[in-house]
Amino acid sequence: MNGQSALDRFLQTDPQDVGCEEAMGWMHVYVELVAADPATASRYAGIAAHLRACGPCAEDFEGLLAAIAPPAT
Amino acid sequence: MEPAEPTARGGCATLDAALDPDSAAWLRSLGGSPTESDAAQIRLHALLLRIARSEVQRRSGRLKISGPELDDIAHQAANDALMAIIAKIGQFRGDSRFTTWAYKFVMFEVSTKIGRHFWRNPAAPIDAEHWEQLPNRLALDPAQEAEWQELVAALRRLIDTVLTNRQRRIFVSIVLNEVPVDALAAELGSNRNAIYKALFDARRKLRAALVANGYLDNNTSRRA
Ligand SMILES: [Zn+2]
Repeated sequence: MNGQSALDRFLQTDPQDVGCEEAMGWMHVYVELVAADPATASRYAGIAAHLRACGPCAEDFEGLLAAIAPPAT
Repeated sequence: MEPAEPTARGGCATLDAALDPDSAAWLRSLGGSPTESDAAQIRLHALLLRIARSEVQRRSGRLKISGPELDDIAHQAANDALMAIIAKIGQFRGDSRFTTWAYKFVMFEVSTKIGRHFWRNPAAPIDAEHWEQLPNRLALDPAQEAEWQELVAALRRLIDTVLTNRQRRIFVSIVLNEVPVDALAAELGSNRNAIYKALFDARRKLRAALVANGYLDNNTSRRA
């Protein structure tokens, strides 16, 4: 990757990104929808965009998804 | 698109009717007589602790924390999650299972505790500025330094000129010094949302300034 595209990607922000507060506010609802049908994620573009960009919220989301998963048999 | 606002809570009876039996039982017992409520809090705490323990285990590979310290974090997270849940239970709208809503507090508290723990053994002092790490953080190839040297120099200049002091400090801590967002929030007495927003604005401003100065093309500003 050249310097321009690397830097461009690094500084890229998604205008749809809703931010941590809103993503966390809806996370319990969103996680159940995604657990039931992963395709749902695309319907909530603002939250999905945030989880792609925000490491800490993505980590919380992964943890929540694991917590509500039925125990492995 | 944002999720639709769930129907307003029209009193307990309405909420109860919409709830799955397990969630309704939690709300009833937590809101019951003092004896009933105490017993429910003890059961809920045990559940939160189990979730907190598996969550710190899940994250442990990426943390420099282990054994008793990790278990201590799980305990603190479960305790504080329980307090937050009891304080905010009136805000539960029944738009998920009660336990899913409750576990969200565990995740948040685990993140907060891990963020605070970072400062027990930080890799660098908060005010260090590891500028030499910038190319590395941008994943630039050292073999092609001639090509990106000027660009990186421009970025560094813009970090000093277009960002506010606070944005600059947050950008330097997170990007150059690799301080985790939650750790920085704890250090600055702020929160994740505010730190993320400052970093988001800093990235947007830097990108716009690089475009204005001819270092980047504007047409790559949107993802396909
Ligand atoms: Zn976030």
